[in-house]
Amino acid sequence: MSQGVNKYFGRAWMGAVYAFLYLPIVTLVIFSFNDSRLVTVWSHASFRWYHALVKDADLIAAVWLSLKIAFLSALMSVFFGTFVAFALNRYKRFAGRTLLSSMANMPLVMPEVIVGLALLLMLVSVQHWLGFPQRGLFTILLGHALLGTAYAAVVVTSRLKEMDMRLDEAAMDLGSKPWQVFTLVTFPLLVPALVSAFLLTFTLSFDDVVLSAFLSGPGYNTMPMVIFSRARLGLNPTINAVATVTIVVVTIAVIASSFYTSHVERKRKRETALAYSDANK
Amino acid sequence: MSKSKNATLNFFSGRKLIIGVPYVWFILLAAIPLLIVLKISLSTMEMASVSNMIDWSNGWPKVTLNFESYQFILKDALYIKTYLSSIKYALITTVICLAIGYPFAYFMARAPKHIQPTLLMLIMLPFWTSFLLRIYAWKTLLVNNGIINNALISLGVISEPIQMMNTPFSLVIGMVYSYLPFMILPLYANLSKLDIRYLEAAADLGTSPLKTFWLITVPLSKAGIIAGSMLVFIPAIGEYVIPELLGGPNTLMIGRVLWDEFFSNNDWPMASAVAVVMILLILVPMAVLNKYQSDQASGKAGA
Repeated sequence: MSQGVNKYFGRAWMGAVYAFLYLPIVTLVIFSFNDSRLVTVWSHASFRWYHALVKDADLIAAVWLSLKIAFLSALMSVFFGTFVAFALNRYKRFAGRTLLSSMANMPLVMPEVIVGLALLLMLVSVQHWLGFPQRGLFTILLGHALLGTAYAAVVVTSRLKEMDMRLDEAAMDLGSKPWQVFTLVTFPLLVPALVSAFLLTFTLSFDDVVLSAFLSGPGYNTMPMVIFSRARLGLNPTINAVATVTIVVVTIAVIASSFYTSHVERKRKRETALAYSDANK
Repeated sequence: MSKSKNATLNFFSGRKLIIGVPYVWFILLAAIPLLIVLKISLSTMEMASVSNMIDWSNGWPKVTLNFESYQFILKDALYIKTYLSSIKYALITTVICLAIGYPFAYFMARAPKHIQPTLLMLIMLPFWTSFLLRIYAWKTLLVNNGIINNALISLGVISEPIQMMNTPFSLVIGMVYSYLPFMILPLYANLSKLDIRYLEAAADLGTSPLKTFWLITVPLSKAGIIAGSMLVFIPAIGEYVIPELLGGPNTLMIGRVLWDEFFSNNDWPMASAVAVVMILLILVPMAVLNKYQSDQASGKAGA
């Protein structure tokens, strides 16, 4: 009997937590179709705020800037993050390994206000000496790429750890050069991890407000910066509309990528099984 | 002969490249910036620019360390109060996340194996949608003419709106909401690996379920509890966006003080000193987290 009570209690607990996690998102979506200027009082359903959104030039420019920065910073993050993961996983012993791993952890645990302040003060000093870079797209990009590198390194590391090193060794025994081992064996096995690292760092960049606020210059407002400055002033129905669009896009992307990952995983298992059965014939 | 020598050379330059690239990247963007923060925290503001710490005018470097900002932090009761209040809110957030997240992770690890990936994805999904927009959503729920108050009034539960926004309540609810997945994920990873035979053995020996839970499950999941708590506590201390949007002017958080020193007062040395003290505060929890992670890597932690 206590087992049964436990089961129902468990379900109720989980249901309550999911409700807590999804309640704000659901109300945000519902009230984006509210015609009233008052965000929280329901009048009747309409697409009024979506029309307003399409005409909102500031916001649309900000969305484009954010997409550009997110795309470029995700590419940079995956590139440098893969280097970090390889350095820390394939070389267990080198001078300053601890320093590298703590520097790679730093952006993950340090409060964003500190990372933003530190980067800005560094960029100001560089600008003082060299006359560049001007604060804008490039400086925001550097900040997001620093944060993204740390996250991408975690994702790629976890894949490298479960990868079978014997595959690399077999390729080397068969006479492949190190770069051939990488491009023909290691890299194809890493692709799913690189894709999820790209998606994660893209999202992180697209979502960031603190680093952008520190590193941006006049005329460079990212989407979260615009939303943040409006949300600070009060409630604004166009934010609900932006939110709904973002949520729909993200949900589709997450579901699609989880299908992709499980598809790749299944394909790999099938091929491995085939290879073994061929070998045993 | 010469060919094999070439291969070794190639191998070593590959190794140098793979270690060198991330090293340069992080030295430039992580190590040097933090040293600059330390340097500027020891300067003063002179005519809208930071004073020169190193004076070369006599032909040799003369280093002046200026502890004014730190003295100011120690003297002004408001800074100390804000640091303490940041720790307080971060602690409350961690405890509530643990109280909600532990049973959740426990039940999730006991759920049928085939639905666990879906349950996990449902925890991650809100984490992928914009953090800022989810915090804004709480604002629409909690304000005086917000959705919760309106619903309660129309149901006749209350006649006057309850003040929820701009209170410690709205701040903590926003932080718990944002950081709960960080608590649940390491706990779930830990609890799903728990060897069920220990629990069966305890049950066979006649231990009550509650006692089994306290004496076996909880101690075995210590590593997950520590990791989850640190992952919530550390970022919560320096949080800026949540207190700015939900906390109102009376909930003191150090992230906002740093922001205001920098953006409103343009006092770079002060902002830097506030940052350095904040780093000192999170060093201890960070060391705990690092120890846990290296224990985990060498397989010492947990069961």
